[in-house]
Amino acid sequence: MAVVFALPVGALLMRSASDPVWGLQNFRSLWEEPVYASLIRNTVQISLATTIGCILLAYPFAHVMATQPRLTRLLTLVVLIPFWSSILVRSFAWMVLLQNNGIINESLLWLGVIGQPLELIFNRTGVLIGMVHVLLPFVVFPLYGSIRAMDPALMPAAACLGAGPVRAFLRVQLPLTLPGLATGAVLVFVMALGFFITPALLGGRRDAVIARMIQLQVSQLGDWGMAATLSLVLLVATLLLLGASQLLVRSPARRVAE
Amino acid sequence: MSTPVLELRGVGKRFGQVVAVTGVDLTLDKGEFISFLGPSGSGKTTTLTMVAGLQKPTEGSILLNGQDVVPLPPYRRNIGVVFQHYALFPHMTVAANIAFPLQMRKVPRAEAGQRVEAALKLVGLPGFADRLPSQLSGGQQQRVALARALVYEPPLLLMDEPLGALDKNLRAQMQIEIARLHRDLGITVLYVTHDQEEALVMSDRIAVFNHGRIEQIGRPQALYERPATRFVAGFLGDSTFLAGRVQTLADEKAVVQTAHGVLRGHAATGLRVGGAAIVAVRPERVALLGADDAPRDNTVQGRVSDVIYLGQSRKYVVRLEDGAELLGLQPVGAAGVALSEGAEVRVGWTATDCNVLPAG
Ligand SMILES: Nc1ncnc2c1ncn2[C@@H]1O[C@H](COP(=O)(O)OP(=O)(O)OP(=O)(O)O)[C@@H](O)[C@H]1O
Ligand SMILES: [Mg+2]
Repeated sequence: MAVVFALPVGALLMRSASDPVWGLQNFRSLWEEPVYASLIRNTVQISLATTIGCILLAYPFAHVMATQPRLTRLLTLVVLIPFWSSILVRSFAWMVLLQNNGIINESLLWLGVIGQPLELIFNRTGVLIGMVHVLLPFVVFPLYGSIRAMDPALMPAAACLGAGPVRAFLRVQLPLTLPGLATGAVLVFVMALGFFITPALLGGRRDAVIARMIQLQVSQLGDWGMAATLSLVLLVATLLLLGASQLLVRSPARRVAE
Repeated sequence: MSTPVLELRGVGKRFGQVVAVTGVDLTLDKGEFISFLGPSGSGKTTTLTMVAGLQKPTEGSILLNGQDVVPLPPYRRNIGVVFQHYALFPHMTVAANIAFPLQMRKVPRAEAGQRVEAALKLVGLPGFADRLPSQLSGGQQQRVALARALVYEPPLLLMDEPLGALDKNLRAQMQIEIARLHRDLGITVLYVTHDQEEALVMSDRIAVFNHGRIEQIGRPQALYERPATRFVAGFLGDSTFLAGRVQTLADEKAVVQTAHGVLRGHAATGLRVGGAAIVAVRPERVALLGADDAPRDNTVQGRVSDVIYLGQSRKYVVRLEDGAELLGLQPVGAAGVALSEGAEVRVGWTATDCNVLPAG
């Protein structure tokens, strides 16, 4: 397994320093050509925004899932549906919903909530909606697990001790579910770094991301060296993040165990 | 008279079709220790959580120091609560757990530190401030929970089976300690248990719950010696019940015609002449009668069917003529009739030592 995976990846990454000729010219253009800087910025911005969007949606969702046993199955189903459809089908479904004369804009116009169709697609908004939709389960499930693992008497106890809902959440539930939240957030961020179909289909021209560029360079420009360089950047960033999150997630747990 | 610390008026709680609690009236005076005692599902916890504010009653009102607290959320009631499984915050040290309610009340840090220390000393855990709950034994965790509920000096302390998760020895020790805290601090306590011994030892008064209502409330001795219903007589200690029909009723004395002859006892309320009744007698009130002993107010005959050695005493079962069984208790080493299985015996008890209760 390791060989089957590592050999081709290694061979590809080699090309960052050997294609078209040996040397660091690929890394130099990564540094010097502004298009790459904006690609990296876009990618990080989109991934961060997706992560934040997932956290904000997933927390209440996972909370209801964990505390209302009657809704658990239904909500599990809802959050898993995107897994059962292909990424293309999903993206086209969003197009139907979000475009200027799509269902959402038409309904809002009809209700008189808005006077002009909202720009929901072929821009950052569209990208984020699509990506949050796909990646939501990766925060929901770890979070669900850590909320379920909490002693159900803790929040009532906090209330009896004088903590209002907000303070009880910040002082008790949030710290205790932080490991699950962090696990999910890192997972989403890392996966978002590598997304390219959703940004390509639901985004605009200014939403180009690294992964999309890698694909372009391989399939259309034939620039394997630059593709390999960008891949290396993504891979290193991913590994660093995963490593850091390991430390972060484990330390509170270890503190409790000691 | 001062206002009671807590007053429940006609409190009830319904979950859809299920009536969990109904028509509960109760007053708790300052410094009083009341236990809720009753079988599983009888509504003790539900009543307690309504007082704490974690659930809203569907009927009735709850007054804390004379003020209706039903509209108030738990964090505005200033009541101390100790949960069965402690509910300590696992990510906070012992000191941080105890300081939590003080922080919620914006007590200055230095004062909070002193009060935490004093609370730890009070429950016998000085020097444990920096431990995490996971580094404590069950008994120690329960002490921390107690300290956390006492540190802000609430006017009322609620405890829901706080010793339920502890082993027997530790329970006995903690019972004594809780009783000591109650006495020394003069706090008002509402205590839920389904351990009758615990209730008898610790309480000023006991409220016996059954099917969501208070079946009887009173001092432990009154409840034990003068149960008002068959349920209370059977739930609190052992009793033998003999069915019959009331012949005469006068001056709280009842004469009952039974299959074992005429029996006399203290009359509970709710009896009427000619109505069905139950004679309830405690095993320790039953005496074995020798051949020369004079008959007692109540005397029956039968055959000893079982003798069970209990250490301090022997419990025995007398099978009466119609198949009914009567329990007796004989202190070990007591002089008198020797007990042996299969022997024909006469047993008796005085009228004041037994209760005549309404049937059903
Ligand atoms: N949230 C709820 N939904 C529906 N029914 C409930 C709920 N909470 C309690 N009940 C029911 O109310 C009744 C009283 O429950 P409660 O927990 O007060 O009993 P309890 O006396 O504390 O029993 P135990 O000794 O087992 O703790 C039970 O029949 C229980 O099933
Ligand atoms: Mg209970």
